[in-house]
Amino acid sequence: MVGGRRLSLDWIGAVPFLGYVALFLFLPTVIIIAGAFASEGGLTLSNFANLSRPYIISAIISSVILSAVTAAGGAVLGALLTYAIATGNPRGIFRRVLTSACGVLAQFGGVTLAFAFIAAIGPASALYVYLSQHHLDYYGSGVWLYDLRGLELVYLYFQIPLMVLIFLPAVDGIKPQWREATESLGGGTWTYWRHVAGPLLAPAFLGSTLLLFANSLSAYATAAALINQGGPILPLQISNAITSEVGLHEPGFAKAQAVVLIVIVAIVSGLYAVLQRRTARWLQ
Amino acid sequence: MTASVETTLRSGVEVRLEDLRRRYSGVTALDGLSLTMAPGELVCLLGPSGCGKTTALRLLAGLEEADGGRVLIGGEDVTNVPANKREIGMVFQAYSLFPHMTAMQNVAFGMQLHKVGPAERRKRAGDMLELVGLSAHVHKYASQLSGGQQQRVALARALAIEPKVLLLDEPLSALDARVRARLRDEIRRVQLEVGTTTLFVTHDQEEALAIADRVGVMNAGRIEQLGPPTTIYSRPATPFVAEFVGLTNRLPGVVKGGEVEVRGTRLPLVKPDSSDGAAIALVRPEAVTLASDGDMLPGPLIGTVIATVFLGATSRVTVDLGDITVLAQLPTSDAAALTAGTRVRLSLRKDPVLLARDETAPTEA
Repeated sequence: MVGGRRLSLDWIGAVPFLGYVALFLFLPTVIIIAGAFASEGGLTLSNFANLSRPYIISAIISSVILSAVTAAGGAVLGALLTYAIATGNPRGIFRRVLTSACGVLAQFGGVTLAFAFIAAIGPASALYVYLSQHHLDYYGSGVWLYDLRGLELVYLYFQIPLMVLIFLPAVDGIKPQWREATESLGGGTWTYWRHVAGPLLAPAFLGSTLLLFANSLSAYATAAALINQGGPILPLQISNAITSEVGLHEPGFAKAQAVVLIVIVAIVSGLYAVLQRRTARWLQ
Repeated sequence: MTASVETTLRSGVEVRLEDLRRRYSGVTALDGLSLTMAPGELVCLLGPSGCGKTTALRLLAGLEEADGGRVLIGGEDVTNVPANKREIGMVFQAYSLFPHMTAMQNVAFGMQLHKVGPAERRKRAGDMLELVGLSAHVHKYASQLSGGQQQRVALARALAIEPKVLLLDEPLSALDARVRARLRDEIRRVQLEVGTTTLFVTHDQEEALAIADRVGVMNAGRIEQLGPPTTIYSRPATPFVAEFVGLTNRLPGVVKGGEVEVRGTRLPLVKPDSSDGAAIALVRPEAVTLASDGDMLPGPLIGTVIATVFLGATSRVTVDLGDITVLAQLPTSDAAALTAGTRVRLSLRKDPVLLARDETAPTEA
């Protein structure tokens, strides 16, 4: 190629990744978005108009609340656990066992997790039977395990370990010299957290919380296994719209609901990327 | 650079470490270390890894607690005073700048903790950054500064709170050689200018000898010798100091009558009361001279040059004597003709020498 710029072939190594992303992220997204606007006769906005149905709005609100509560709870409890791990012996057995366990538990969901909770604390569990016989009836005002409150508890089971996995690198990046420098400059523990560690960890903490939010928002299998009546959250409503046995088969409407999820997750992911970039600049 | 502290305005305070002891899980890090630093003085603690020098600095900073002994700053016993109340400025080995703050904010942070007003903070932070030559970089983050610039900011930050004592914990060890030498001189200039009593910890003998008013050579948790750099180098008190500071030839010899005979040359001993018998004499390369003319008949001090290393004004020549090799340091003009393969005759200058077998020499105060 005389006189021209030589083509760089550096990107060839990324082809498998790009292929994967195209096939399993972009293609489904395009199919969903296109399907949301499609009807038998051509293009339509009716699927989006149907999003104003009261039970759908309620499901969106419930999904956001469920995600926010489990993200906040998972982030706070997970951050405390992360701090305990990070301040321990970096090569100690405590750290190795906990990080390995978190790696497994963060992926533990679906029917297995739902059944584990039903068996452990459900109304037929040995624990409940024993406690209710001793005047500790935690289902006295209704079996909350099968509604949103139950989902909040069950979701925390995988949200907390996920928080540990994604927040630990940021906490590990905090250098002991920063604390000692703060002390030598006249600051105490509060000063250190208020002016140094806090601001340094805040972007990573918020970013991790956003990831937990997105994780909870898109979770389906656990909720489907635990809740078999109605659809209090959006993923279950999407399922109902596709698989309804009472004549409400609305695949276009399901796709419109999925677009709502995609938009929320895209916003959250964008915010996460911004925060991560900021942290990466500081902690490099 | 070993400029005299007497020529500067001394605003520092006296610092005394008295019989400091510290053990870590059964291992002794400090074994009764004592040190008195005059106001405005810069003392270097020099020693190999694990000798206790950083522990001594951290005890003075209050970042660790001593098992025994006392720390006095300006006559006040601060042994049990927490680090944030000791009024100490500290520069760490590396990476101690707060990464989410600019250079200006880093320097101003300590003043903010000391309740200095915003306008005064900005002015003093600007002055300190100017002092370390970084006026053009005040709004840069640590990640936008080179290693040397980061350490200058760290120095400015430590000095901005007008500390009673300045502590430098191997502040140059993460830098490349050229930056290290330049920043070393810079630190000394600034220290002389502000007159703060300073403890500098390093394992680099060249750094210690170049910057300090006095050098304390540490070994196994104690100061083996404390004195001006020239004394440490030319009159080492113990074999450890002789071997750790500068290059030393280890030449087998025989002690007899207060002298040691090395390859036919009798050399006086630093400690003439050493017992007779075989010993290793420690001879500096500067005490070895070479001649390449005249009689080169085989003898104990006739050898062959195997390497010549150009060091600038001097050159280091390695001579093979058959059973051992000997280093000689000569003016480069004298060493120019001593290429590899040249036959040379060694002679040893009759400076008092130490013996490697003798580990009980007293400490000079």
